[in-house]
Order: sequence, then structure tokens, then C-alpha cells
Amino acid sequence: MWVFIASEVLFFGVLFFAYLIARLRFPDAFSAASRRTNLTLGTLNTAILLTSSVSMALGVQAIRVRRREAAAGLLAVTAGLGIAFLAVKGVEYRDDYRQALFPGGAFAFAAPLRSGAELFFWLYLTMTGVHAVHLAIGVALVGGAAIRTARSKVAIRFLLFVECAGLYWHFVDLVWIFLYPCLYLVSRS
Amino acid sequence: MTPLEIRRHAILWAALVALLALTVATSFLRLGFVNLVLNLGIAIAKAAIVLIFFMRLGRESRAAQLAAGAGVLWLMLLVGLSLADFARRN
Repeated sequence: MWVFIASEVLFFGVLFFAYLIARLRFPDAFSAASRRTNLTLGTLNTAILLTSSVSMALGVQAIRVRRREAAAGLLAVTAGLGIAFLAVKGVEYRDDYRQALFPGGAFAFAAPLRSGAELFFWLYLTMTGVHAVHLAIGVALVGGAAIRTARSKVAIRFLLFVECAGLYWHFVDLVWIFLYPCLYLVSRS
Repeated sequence: MTPLEIRRHAILWAALVALLALTVATSFLRLGFVNLVLNLGIAIAKAAIVLIFFMRLGRESRAAQLAAGAGVLWLMLLVGLSLADFARRN
């Protein structure tokens, strides 16, 4: 599982590197574009994901000490928080679209900031989109683990699966922890 | 799942949310370069909490720690070498 996570670090790493180069090249456009992201929903989603990591950690701990019902409940809460994150992100994408923040066509920024701002929002959509796909997979894994744990009499059988799903979930949280300041907090003052 | 463990996780949750509040609050202060340092520093602190206490990297096998470290090391090498190139072009 850790080898898989290391490969994921490189996968997201190149996106962060593309972001770094683009930000060094267009600092003013990145500041202006970042101010147009939805700070309220972004911060809410960060809080949701951080909370979900706590419930995930408690769920893994519960299954380790064979508290089957508690484990199933905590895993269900974790998957539910993941769904809540995706729902908030969906609302956010809709608002971004209505504010013409999707690159191409009628875009919210005019020259000279336009090309840099388009690059920012292209990266914003790609990075949050790839992250959302990862989170959706996490919801399926953790939700499935919750159902299996609730149904099985011997929850300890799923320990390895639940531990791996937990590591994956925490990794997806880690990616968001770095996405959040890069996308939402570039220049708020 | 002892009360002690639940309390421990509640404290970790409070620490993560406090760090989030701190990074949002300081981002509204006009601190220039310090904003960037604070935002990244707080992100690294949150990541450290997740890695150490939730993913239990300290208690994993040496092989797992090596795999995790290698992921970060390769990324640093790629970014470092590419940035050296970028710096010389501009």
C-alpha cells in the first residue's frame, strides 16, 4: 500500500510542479484568479475532510479491537463525509461555471491577466477534479467496508482491507491539505 | 476505542481545525512573503499530524517507511532539478 501511495505522490507531484512553474511565470494573474475561488466552500470542505480522517482513524482502531458495530458506524460516517465533500464541490463547480471561471469562451478575466488566470483555473479544475475522482473511489472502498463490516460476524477478517482503505483515505486527505492553500489562499489580504 | 483513545482523537481533531482557522485568519493579514511561509508551514503541520497519528508511519515497517520516503525523495529530485533548469532559462 505504501508503494502505491508513493506512486500517487509522484502522480499528484507533477501537477503541483506544473502549478509551481505557472505561478512563478504569472504571479499577478495567479493572485487575482485565486481571489475568485470560493473561500467559504473551500474551507468548509477542508474541515469536512479533516474530520473524515479522524473518523476513519477511529474506525480502523475500532476494527483492531473488534468493536464491529462501532467500526461499521465510523466507516459509514467517513464515507458520508466524503459524499458531503463531493456535494459541496459540485455546488462550487456550478458557481465557478456561472461566474465564467472555466477557461475558454467567455472568461471572467481580460488581457493581460487572461492567459495566466486561464492557466490557474485549468490547474484548479484538473487538480480538484483528479482529487475528486480519488475521493469518489475512497467513498466506494470505505462505504463497501462499512457494509461488509456491519454484515460479517467476524469483522477482524476485513482488518487488512480496512487498514489499506484507511491509508488511501488519509492520503487523499493529505493531497487536499496541500491543494487548499495553493488554490484558495494565494492572495487574500 | 477506550475513552482515552477517543479523547486523543478529539484533541487531534481540535488541533487540525485550529490550524485550519489559523491559516485562514493569517491569509487575510497583509504579510507578503510570510503569508506563503505560514500557509505552507501550516499545511506541513497538518500533514504531519495525519502521517504520524492517523497513518502511523512511525510504527510501520522499515520497508513501508522506505517506500513512503522514496516517494517524497523522487519528487524532490524531479522538482529540484527541473527548477534549476527553469531558473537558468529566465
